[in-house]
Amino acid sequence: MLNIGKIEEGFVLDHIKAGKSMQIYRHLGLDNMDSTVAIIKNAKSKAMGKKDILKVECDINSLDLDVLAFIDHNITVNVIKDGEIIEKRSLVLPREITGVIKCHNPRCISSIEQELPQIFYLADEEKEIYRCRYCDEKYSESDIM
Amino acid sequence: MENLRHMMNPLDFSVEELESLFDLAGEIEKDMEGYSHKCDGKILATCFYEPSTRTRLSFETAMLRLGGKCIGFADASNSSAAKGESVADTIRVISCFADICAMRHPKEGAPMVAASRSSIPVINAGDGGHQHPTQTLTDLLTIRSLYGKLSNFTIGLCGDLKFGRTVHSLINALSRYEGIRFIFISPKELRVPDYITEMLRQKGIQYEEVIKLEEIMPQLDFLYMTRVQKERFFNEEDYIRLRNFYILDKEKMALAKEKMFILHPLPRVNEISVELDDDPRAAYFKQVQYGLYVRMALILTLLNIK
Repeated sequence: MLNIGKIEEGFVLDHIKAGKSMQIYRHLGLDNMDSTVAIIKNAKSKAMGKKDILKVECDINSLDLDVLAFIDHNITVNVIKDGEIIEKRSLVLPREITGVIKCHNPRCISSIEQELPQIFYLADEEKEIYRCRYCDEKYSESDIM
Repeated sequence: MENLRHMMNPLDFSVEELESLFDLAGEIEKDMEGYSHKCDGKILATCFYEPSTRTRLSFETAMLRLGGKCIGFADASNSSAAKGESVADTIRVISCFADICAMRHPKEGAPMVAASRSSIPVINAGDGGHQHPTQTLTDLLTIRSLYGKLSNFTIGLCGDLKFGRTVHSLINALSRYEGIRFIFISPKELRVPDYITEMLRQKGIQYEEVIKLEEIMPQLDFLYMTRVQKERFFNEEDYIRLRNFYILDKEKMALAKEKMFILHPLPRVNEISVELDDDPRAAYFKQVQYGLYVRMALILTLLNIK
C-alpha cells in the first residue's frame, strides 16, 4: 500500500468509485488551487474491490463540496483539522449545479448561445433527476463534462 | 423597472395570480373600449425568430387594442440574429426601444436567456418544443369562461400526446386545480410521456389512457383535439389503421354530452371535420378570441398598468 503523509487541515474524500477521482479533481476546481493534493487511484477496498481516494490540504472553508453528491453520493467526506478528523460530512444533492453537466439537447439555446453557463436544477430529489434550466431536458450520465 | 416579471411558463404565476389575470381578461371581454388607451405611449416588440402568423398577430393586436404600438421582426433572417448576434445582446438592445417584448425562438430556453438579461418584461411566445405559455393561458381562460370554473370536470386530450407541447403544458397547468379527471386518447406510439403520468400519480390525480375516442366520448366535458401527423408513426400500416380514430365528425359528436366543448390549439388540418364548425360545442375559434383577451391582460399585468 502506498503511503501518503497526514494532512493538517483539509479533506480526505474516501470511497470514490475507482476511476472517478480525476473527474472530481476537475469539478472541485483543484486544478486552479495552490493546494497539496494526493490522488490515489485503484486502492484496494474490502467493500468496493477498488476505490479512489483524494486528499486535499486546504482551508476547510475554501471548497464547495456540493457537486460531490451529484457525482457520487457514496463518497465519504472526512474533514480534517489539526491532523484529526473533526467531521464526517454527509452529502446533500445541490439544488443547482453549474458547469458540471452539458445539455445534450440540440434544440437547447445553450447549444448556440455564447458563454451561456450550463445550469441544471434538481427536479426530483428522490430519483436524483436534474434538468437543464433552459430547456428542461433530463441529464444522462454521458452529459457530465 | 421595479418588480420586473416575465412569463416563461404558466406555472410561474400562482393559481391566485392566474385568477386575477383571468378576471382582468374577463373585464376586457366585457368592455374592450374601456381598455383602449391603457397602453398609450407603450411599445411592444415582437421578436419572432421563426414564423408564427397567428401568435404574432394576436400579440400585436393585443397591444394595438390597448392603445400601444408594435415593432419587431417576423423571421430571424430579417434580424441581427442572421449576423450572429446572441439573444442576450438582442434583448439588451430591444430593452432600449420597447417597454415589453414577446419572443418566439426555435431554440428551447431562448426567451429565458433573454429574460435574464432584459430590463423589460419578456413573454415567451413559444420556444421550440418546450413551452408556449400564452397558449396554455388561452386554453385555461377558454375553459374557465365556457365552464364557469377551472375545477371538477373531465377533459379528454386526443391525438399526438407525446410530442404536443400544448398538451403537456395544459396538463401541468390543470394539475393545480381540484377535481379534474384526465382521459388520454392516443395510439400507443403517441402516448403521453411517463413523466406526466408519474406527476399525476404523485399528486393523486385521476387519469385514464385509451385508444378509441368513441369509448369515452359520453364522459367528457371538454375534448382537446390535436393533430396526429403521419411522420410520427413508425410504419404506414399503423397510421392507416389509426388515423380515422382521431378525426372528429358528426357521428362521434353524437356520442358526446350536449355541453361538451371541443378545443384545439389550431392550426387544424383534418382532425376536426369542418361540418362541426357550426356546432355550438365547437369552441376552437372562440379560443382564438380568448387568446387575444388573455394576451391583453398579460401585457397590462406585466407592465403593472391598472
